[in-house]
Amino acid sequence: MTVMPAEGLFSLMWLLIALPLAGAAILLFTGRRSNAWGPYLGVLTVSASAVIGVLLLIEMMGLPTEERTITQVAYQWVFIGNFSVDLAFQLDQLSMVFILLITIVGSLIHIYSLGYMAHDPDKRKFFGYLNLFVAAMLLLVMANNYLLLYVGWEGVGVASYLLIGFWQQKRSAAAAAKKAFIINRVGDVGLSLAIMLMFVTFGSVTFSDVFGSATQASEGTLTAIGLLLLLAAAGKSAQFPLQAWLLDAMEGPTPVSALIHAATMVTAGVYLIARSNVIYNNAEIAAMAVIIVALITIFMGAIIGSAKDDIKKALAGSTMSQIGYMMLAVGLGPIGYVFAIFHLLTHGVFKAGLFLGAGSVMHGMNDNVNMRRYGALRSVMVITFITFMAGYLAIIGIPPFSGFWSKDEIIHAAFERGWFIGGAAVLAAGITGFYMTRMVAMTFFGKKRWETDAHPHESPAVMTIPLIILGLGSTFLGMALLFWGDIEAWLEPVVGYESEPTPLPTSAYIGITLAFVIVGSIIGWITYARREVPIEAPQGNWLTRAARKDLYGDAVNHALVVAPTNYAARALVWFDARIVDGFVNGSAAIVGGLSGRMRRTQSGFIRSYALSMVGGAVLVLLALVLVRI
Amino acid sequence: MNTYPWLTTIALLPLVGSVIVVLLPKHNAKLAKSVALAFSLVTLGAVIAMSLNFEANSEEVFQFAESYTWIPSFGINFSFGVDGIALVLIALATTLVPVVILGGWNEAIDSQGSVKGYFALILVLESLMIGVFAATDVFLFYVFFEAMLIPVYFMIGRYGGPQRSYAAVKFLIYSLVGGLFMLASLIGLYVVSAQITGTGTFDFTTLVGLDIDPDIQKLLFLGFFFAFAIKAPLWPFHTWLPDAAGQAQPGTSVLLIGVLDKVGTFGMIRYCLEIFPAASTFYAPVVIAIALIGIFYGGFVALKQTDMRRLFAYSSMSHFGFIALGIFVFTSVGQSGSVIYMVAHGLSTAGLFIAAGYLMSRRGGSAQLSSFGGVNKVAPVLAGFFLIAALSSLALPGMVSFIGEFMVLLGAFQQYMWVGAIATVGIVLTAAYVLRVYQKSMTGPLNPECEGMKDLNGREITALVPIAALIIVLGVFPAPLLNVINPAVDRLMTTVGVSDPEVTFPALNVPASNEGGSE
Repeated sequence: MTVMPAEGLFSLMWLLIALPLAGAAILLFTGRRSNAWGPYLGVLTVSASAVIGVLLLIEMMGLPTEERTITQVAYQWVFIGNFSVDLAFQLDQLSMVFILLITIVGSLIHIYSLGYMAHDPDKRKFFGYLNLFVAAMLLLVMANNYLLLYVGWEGVGVASYLLIGFWQQKRSAAAAAKKAFIINRVGDVGLSLAIMLMFVTFGSVTFSDVFGSATQASEGTLTAIGLLLLLAAAGKSAQFPLQAWLLDAMEGPTPVSALIHAATMVTAGVYLIARSNVIYNNAEIAAMAVIIVALITIFMGAIIGSAKDDIKKALAGSTMSQIGYMMLAVGLGPIGYVFAIFHLLTHGVFKAGLFLGAGSVMHGMNDNVNMRRYGALRSVMVITFITFMAGYLAIIGIPPFSGFWSKDEIIHAAFERGWFIGGAAVLAAGITGFYMTRMVAMTFFGKKRWETDAHPHESPAVMTIPLIILGLGSTFLGMALLFWGDIEAWLEPVVGYESEPTPLPTSAYIGITLAFVIVGSIIGWITYARREVPIEAPQGNWLTRAARKDLYGDAVNHALVVAPTNYAARALVWFDARIVDGFVNGSAAIVGGLSGRMRRTQSGFIRSYALSMVGGAVLVLLALVLVRI
Repeated sequence: MNTYPWLTTIALLPLVGSVIVVLLPKHNAKLAKSVALAFSLVTLGAVIAMSLNFEANSEEVFQFAESYTWIPSFGINFSFGVDGIALVLIALATTLVPVVILGGWNEAIDSQGSVKGYFALILVLESLMIGVFAATDVFLFYVFFEAMLIPVYFMIGRYGGPQRSYAAVKFLIYSLVGGLFMLASLIGLYVVSAQITGTGTFDFTTLVGLDIDPDIQKLLFLGFFFAFAIKAPLWPFHTWLPDAAGQAQPGTSVLLIGVLDKVGTFGMIRYCLEIFPAASTFYAPVVIAIALIGIFYGGFVALKQTDMRRLFAYSSMSHFGFIALGIFVFTSVGQSGSVIYMVAHGLSTAGLFIAAGYLMSRRGGSAQLSSFGGVNKVAPVLAGFFLIAALSSLALPGMVSFIGEFMVLLGAFQQYMWVGAIATVGIVLTAAYVLRVYQKSMTGPLNPECEGMKDLNGREITALVPIAALIIVLGVFPAPLLNVINPAVDRLMTTVGVSDPEVTFPALNVPASNEGGSE
């Protein structure tokens, strides 16, 4: 890989980040004054970045493949001894597709928010945070080294914290924001240690240096780095065992859920592992750990998504599950990397569409999220319904919708690895069919179960136009990327691509998968569209009850981490007051009855202070005299 | 070379200011404050001018060196001079003083002591702080080290909360005990220097050059270290700090924790390491253990505090653990990181305490978390500054505190992988207690008692803007700090006789070993 300096149009790449960052700064520092025009500025900066992104893409497509890695160095950022890290950006095929996803989907969600947040008294703050998020996310994917990536990584975390807690007068929102940040901090420990281990091993944390000499390092070291990066990825991408924050994160406004907690930030873990592909290719155990984590999460998410009555939480479960697919693909190695990114892109579009669709439904239903109070909405919100259906068909993987192409490739790659992994991926696809059909049936079909004061209506054009664009993307993006964009060839220079033979022809796997999806969908349809949906949720079996409680994720965290921490903290508070301070005060009392004197007025102290000073001075003089002699 | 006595000028300016403030009429508090502010700003201006004349890669150990004979019979000189480390700490101190004066404008009330007295004490303290960092004679350092106690004692004992007397005396006795140990070692050091060179001296550079017997080093080291460990403070010598911070005015706490406590860690890096290199490496495992305990102990105890000021005190104790860790792992990354950490911690502490002071002034002096809640709703600007300071305290990447903390952890990891790994887990704990404070005070339903709370006024904002700006600007562009700190750290590493661990499989085009990164 040759790294080219940024020239011509590429010298503008820093603007991608600078524009939304400037937008955030202006919106957050001008305060309420900018409430009127601020939201438009927020839309403008992100759209401008999107335009630059498209121009850069065109420029990059004109370059020969081996010259598509372009680096822009701003200055030496942190340095001492042999530790030196630049503030530098890297643009290559992988970061390019992320830039487009972030800025284009980001722009659509900003536009949608103009309508969704129109009546919020703090809307410019909302757009300021969204701009901050976009800037940080772009930094994450454009950094040319791990330490700068960390800044973007944590920047999106802060933006996520601020936006989950945007309605922070709600206790639950504030608690969810804190929970997300702290769980992500556990992941940060992994990222920090991975970076340290890289430096100790390679003397550099820059991508090109680390990957260039990765094969020299022992497999043990690479495995350790891989596992630590996996810990980081699990935090950011809500993968087992750090998944518990994502469902609570739905406390944030719905556009936030769409942008941050579905389309972009939560996929950062997939980016991290795909970016570090050289490490995982040489660390089999770490790659296997990725697969295991992914499989567990695919099923956890799908099961949770099948049981939730809150439309956003059901979608959040689905996001966990779908990111699980991407993680599975990156865990598979060179047979999967390109498809992980492919699915990440299509998922980013159709899941954003689904979330914004859910937001549109909530907008018409007085912000009610309970699907048991929906039903028969297809006739009152036609555009929302049609675009949601496009997303629905995409996520369950019906040809020719986007998700079909990308998920099918992942399932095929899983079968290249073996029957067990492939079979699990197919089974989960069937569950996807079930829970998504359930969602669609409960929301748009069946009988009206609306609250008496609900007057559902279609959302304004500022919200439906983004929905339409995302709906079109849900329908055509998969085909476009595969056949016109040649996504495999595009990404191959960065992440590598190999294919292994499978015992059955490709069409057989497509057939098996579709069969599972259709069976799952039919079960969902029969249960939730053909039968009456009770307004009060039935008790359900043990699995449903567990899934409603997020499969006891919080209970486990509490028992293993929160409770012991609280216990230790209380014990140490006691220890500090009674033992450590008690010893100090006790010895003071013994030595000179000082503790009694301590409570007296100041004159007493000045005297004792003076006494000490005199004592000290005498000591000095004595000593000096002694030395003389 | 520069011959202008920069350091004496800078150290004297606030002292002159304090005398003028004292002489001003008692009834005109505003005039006294304004004069104090003016002098602190002039001092800051002088420090900036001096810094511009500082040559990062000078061959000299100390720049702007001045020396006047003081007590010739004992070889004591009045010597000033700064290396990069002392320079940034002086810059920190002189930046925080105007911030504290402006932020704590209404802290002193006449019923306790005179208003002008409080501000005069701040200026006296500023002089002494500059002196303690600038001293290049160990005896002079000791004098400043002890003299600093006096203004702080009065600042806590006169102007603090209801338990101020107890807190002030506890602070004083703790410090005096530590100081006595240091004095004993100091005398011992003089004796040793007399034995080796024939004439006793307190000159730092001469003492560093002495080849002191390792066993004697181990003994003398303890006296210094004990004093510094109380000052910093490290576990288990910390219990004076929560009491002092809990009773002192927020402005006092900023100077106490933000600057004064740094004298402890500065002392470790300047005096313990350089004069007693053999003892420092000998005791390193013990200090590292204490530091690790402190990181977690402070964090855990902070989790359960209900008073913001005590909470910040325990959190600082945890942060001092990080700083001491970076110093005693003997890598240039760790040591440079520790110095950055000191600066960053000074800034975060200032932001947190001053914001807490604003909160207290709006709730009748209470710093209890339960007195607040949902403040963001009524005072978003205050909440915003508080959040920036809080994020700085948890070392958010992009802020200067991250650079310090990451370098400390990396430096530790380079030398002792498991120590670095364990300390890194501390970042989760930090996030937990920091965000808890923000959650309890700023978010959630508005506490009815906070109804109608006013947001920050122009004066209050002005005090916090430089803090927030420095936290972010130095995080994005730390070169101004690194450029001056790194040469000092490189020299220190050479003096102590240690070098950085080698990289296992160096990538191509990575510089081989320990050459200064600055140009």
